[in-house]
Amino acid sequence: MKVVFHLFLQSATLGRKRAFLTIAAIAWGTVAILLLLSFGEGLKQQLGRNSRAMGENIGVMWMSETTKPWKGMNPGRPIRVTIDDIPVLASRLPELESLIGEAIQWRTNLTAGKKTVAGRVKGVNYPYGEARKQYPVAGGRFLSPLDEAERRRVIFLGNELAENLFGKDDPVGQTLLVANAPFTVVGVMQKKTQMGAYAGMDKDHSIIPISTWKALFGRPTVNNLVLRVRDGAKMKDAIARTREVVAAKYGFDPSDERALPTWDTVESQKVNQNVSVGIQMFLGIIGALTLLIGGVGVANIMYAVVKERTREIGVKMALGAKTGWITGPFVLEGLSYTLVGGVAGMLIASLLVLGMSFIPTDGNKVMEFLGTPKLSLPIGVATASILGVIGLLAGYFPARRAASIDPAATLRYE
Amino acid sequence: MSSRIEKHPPASGRPIIEMAGIRKVYDTGKVQVEALKGIDLRIEKGEFVAIVGPSGSGKSTLMNLVGCLDTPSGGDYFIGGEKVAGLTRDQLADVRNRRVGFVFQAFNLLPQISAFENVEMPLVFGGVPPKARRAKVAGLLERVGLGDRMDHKPTELSGGQMQRVAIARALAMDPDIVLADEPTGNLDTTSGTDIMGVFLDLWKQGSTLVVITHDLALARRASRIVEIRDGRIVSDRPAEQAA
Repeated sequence: MKVVFHLFLQSATLGRKRAFLTIAAIAWGTVAILLLLSFGEGLKQQLGRNSRAMGENIGVMWMSETTKPWKGMNPGRPIRVTIDDIPVLASRLPELESLIGEAIQWRTNLTAGKKTVAGRVKGVNYPYGEARKQYPVAGGRFLSPLDEAERRRVIFLGNELAENLFGKDDPVGQTLLVANAPFTVVGVMQKKTQMGAYAGMDKDHSIIPISTWKALFGRPTVNNLVLRVRDGAKMKDAIARTREVVAAKYGFDPSDERALPTWDTVESQKVNQNVSVGIQMFLGIIGALTLLIGGVGVANIMYAVVKERTREIGVKMALGAKTGWITGPFVLEGLSYTLVGGVAGMLIASLLVLGMSFIPTDGNKVMEFLGTPKLSLPIGVATASILGVIGLLAGYFPARRAASIDPAATLRYE
Repeated sequence: MSSRIEKHPPASGRPIIEMAGIRKVYDTGKVQVEALKGIDLRIEKGEFVAIVGPSGSGKSTLMNLVGCLDTPSGGDYFIGGEKVAGLTRDQLADVRNRRVGFVFQAFNLLPQISAFENVEMPLVFGGVPPKARRAKVAGLLERVGLGDRMDHKPTELSGGQMQRVAIARALAMDPDIVLADEPTGNLDTTSGTDIMGVFLDLWKQGSTLVVITHDLALARRASRIVEIRDGRIVSDRPAEQAA
């Protein structure tokens, strides 16, 4: 090894321009792979956050019709869970964190002062706020158990709907007419980037206690149930169990899944996660290919060097250099170009990522969806190991060529 | 001229090179070329052998085999009593390092390092520690008259000086044999005579020399001339008779 270092330090370094270009190619590849991977990482985190914005560990169950005969009844019967049955059903499902009824009235006139908007009014049980991430802006609150028990006329607004109705004024405490009935605004939802949705986006809905909703609109049934579990892994069982309980109460085959079509968000978040990982891998592969091209550049230059130094290598062989002493310096040289380029690339990429983290995501539609690039330790490790492998290969193949030189053939004539 | 023999130590009778029935066949794919067709050659310690012959006669092939740059296709070859056949590349490299010093027509010094580092190279390969290397290299360069040029790059030296550096390099590991391939071929007459003098001095000091040459002046000063033609030795005689 000492001999290899001696020879490496002694051997002619490349022409400056050529070395610079090689290193630049590797640096470029490193920047590419790092940016792509960190972009993927940011995207993954943002997608995860956005897909969780609707709520975590929840399932949504819609009312539909039976598709299987049951106890002499034909299929095709509509199943409609009533608002009043929710507490009974919930008491039979202790394994759920919460069972929530959600009733929806579309295109209802909402009037604030002189402004009227056709909005969507949902009646829900109060645990909806936690389950569906209806976090209030400071100064307001979500619906409370008392609101529901006393059938109060209070309303919680999505952030865009609130802005639509009240402009820049603080809506909390103000009066809002819902279908000409006066309601007090108790809270406005914090802005969130929501990816999954059913029945419209949260930012333009409004929410009142389900008891108030039933009295106001006179409809006794819910549009859908929202069930929430403590542990996402138990979601499938919870859905099956809920279907059983509802089936027992409303008389249909508990195995009739299409009577109550269900969206298992735990499952779909898992799919999202896989898609993100897939995207990241794809980006990583593109980056690695870019880096590989840089590696080919290094190998190419090393081949040229080997060719240039054929006679020199032959002389060293004649003087008694062992194969490893011929190949070692070439491998070291290839590695060192790759390392210098890699370190430079990592610095550049880190600066770029740091710079991009100062671009605000709020209010920028694209950035809200894509997120900002993030560097992470696994990304660094992955890039470093790819660099290492490419560097070794870029040195190894030219070195092997060098080792195969026949000294006798190179030495005799000019 | 007749006093020359007395000046030189007689051959010792101890063989450095022993070749018996050496054959070398180059397989070029379609055609097999037999470059050497059975060479028997014995060179003793302290001899100065000139190998002559027209181009294509196989003398370069013979030189490669003697210098362990290549292995024979058939026959037995011992260098310093060590059997060469069947050695790996790295073992051959080791044999070259310890036993053979090369001097080439084209000097073959490494251009980007100093004269000192060029002479040092075989010692690096031989695993000689740095301190011993420095002393040895300085001594060798003094011996070839380049004590004041140690830090010069080869490009800063004349042809004759370069060949002196190459000779110093060839002697670095105290080899059993110094193998020179047309050592004066790239030099003008004056430098050529000069280098010839260096070789004669080496011989006087007890080195074993094998020189491949067209230079009759150089060949005549050897103790023995081996003539090779068509892959066979056609004559092997003391140099006086060739004169």
